[in-house]
Parts: sequence; C-alpha cells; structure tokens
Amino acid sequence: MKFGVLQFPGSCDEVDAVEAARNVGDAELIWHRDRDLRGAEAIIVPGGFSYGDYLRAGAIARFSPAMESVIAFARDGGLVLGICNGFQVLCEAHLLPGALLPNVNLRFTSRQVELDVVRGDTAFTRACAAGQRLSIPAKHSWGRYYADEATRRAMDESGQVVLRYAPGHNFNGSVDDIAAVRNDAGNVFGLMPHPEHAVDELIGGSADGLSIFESMRLAVEGTHA
Amino acid sequence: MRARVLIRPKAGILDPQGVAVERALPALGFAGASNVHVGRLVELDVDDAAQLRPMCEKLLANPLVEDYEVQLLDDGG
Repeated sequence: MKFGVLQFPGSCDEVDAVEAARNVGDAELIWHRDRDLRGAEAIIVPGGFSYGDYLRAGAIARFSPAMESVIAFARDGGLVLGICNGFQVLCEAHLLPGALLPNVNLRFTSRQVELDVVRGDTAFTRACAAGQRLSIPAKHSWGRYYADEATRRAMDESGQVVLRYAPGHNFNGSVDDIAAVRNDAGNVFGLMPHPEHAVDELIGGSADGLSIFESMRLAVEGTHA
Repeated sequence: MRARVLIRPKAGILDPQGVAVERALPALGFAGASNVHVGRLVELDVDDAAQLRPMCEKLLANPLVEDYEVQLLDDGG
C-alpha cells in the first residue's frame, strides 16, 4: 500500500513519517500546493509548525490546496492520520471533533508518554489490543485537547476516544485524558504524541508507534481483499 | 473601513495564560485584579463589513473554543 505524507512550509516531522510508513509499505511526500494525492491509499498530516502556526496552530494549513484534496479524500472514506500539528490541522478542518489549546503548563514539553489503548478495533489500532499500553514521545506546546461536554458524550457513545493518557502522563491537561480521537465514520484519526518517532528501539527506546502504521496497512489491505 | 476583532477564550474553558497573568500581578504589588483573560486582537481594513463575521467564523477565531467581537472603527473619512 502507499502512504502520502503532506509537507507544509514549517513541517518538520514529515521525513520521519515517510520513514516510519516505509516499515509497512510505500510512502512519498506531497507538497502543500499539490492537489494531486498521487494514488495514495492513506494520508498522513505530519507534525511541525505549518505556516508558522500563525493565528492558531493548524488554522492556515487547513486551507491549503493539498488539504482540500485530503478533505475530499476523507469524505470518500480514505484513511487520514494526523500527528501533532497534523491533529491540529484535522480539528481546524472539522474532520475531527474538538480543538487543541495551549498546554496547561504553558510550556513546550518534550517527553515520553504512555498511552492506554481504549479501542483495539479501529483502522488505526487494530494491531493493538484494548488495554495495551504504548510508549510514544510527545513534543508540543499546544496540545490540550478540548471538546465540550455534549460533544464528549456523543464521542463516548460512538466510541471515538481511541487512546487516553495513562495516569500521570496527561501533562498538557487534555480533557478526560483524551490522547487520540477518531471521527464518527472511523477513517480519520488524530493524536498529539508521535508514533513516527517510536518505530525503532535502537533510536527511540520503543517501537510501539509501528502498530499505528501496521494497523493502517491492515485496514487498507483488508478493504482490497 | 477599519475594523477590530477581539477574540477571547470562551467562558468556562481553562485559560492558563489568564491564570498566569492573574498570579503575576500580586507578585508585582498590584492587588485586587481578578478574572484575567488573555485573548487576541486583529485589526484590518475591509471594503465590505458584512464579510467580517464569516471571516471570524472561518479563520480569525475558532468558534468551538473562542468568542469574538467585531468593532467597526471610524476610518477618519
């Protein structure tokens, strides 16, 4: 299968995302001005500081030509993974519920976090088991997930909370310890921690992030079968 | 036409910047300041004031987490 990884001015994790995806398939970069997703079967919106994060993180990237194509791709059921700034972009694009706000500690924080898998039956976690704990790095200053109470209730009912910060790991102050959410249809997924930085024990101390990419491969190749 | 858009965190959503400023004030000897909130100010010239509200909804503010207020300023003309 083939992943397409968006690249905005200010992206900084797109190459790691390509390398991570290549553990399970083919991957190439898609420049933000490019409307052609070039046959990608899954899209990754990577981390970084797209368009300088001016105004609000992700607010301007959401209107880029490539994102217009990604929004149409998502509406057609295509798999879209947003990591860190990519998660912010997907929320700004209303492909995911809620918004990301400044960390409660007001600091840029870079640390390893542990995440509890709430659901192991989604297109992004089917290589995991519910209850499994993943160790993945996080590095951001604008990662406090927020959705109002009515939205959270609807998300709970439709099983849209996929990962939660393990006790003691919710450093950014996300509501209900929510670390990763999916849309109602189940084909769009976002999280602040970086699975693409945890694909090799030798340099990341953990390869737990691989399971996200492997899950996407299983989801895509399953739909081909 | 000159316009000013004031953008604030929605009431009820934790505003850590406001909290930090509120805590800093007494440390500098300014007593009695409370309910501090930190927002954003956007000033712009527009040909059509009717576009300001859609601009806010679509880009200048995130209505999920922010309230905005549009003020039209005297353009001196």
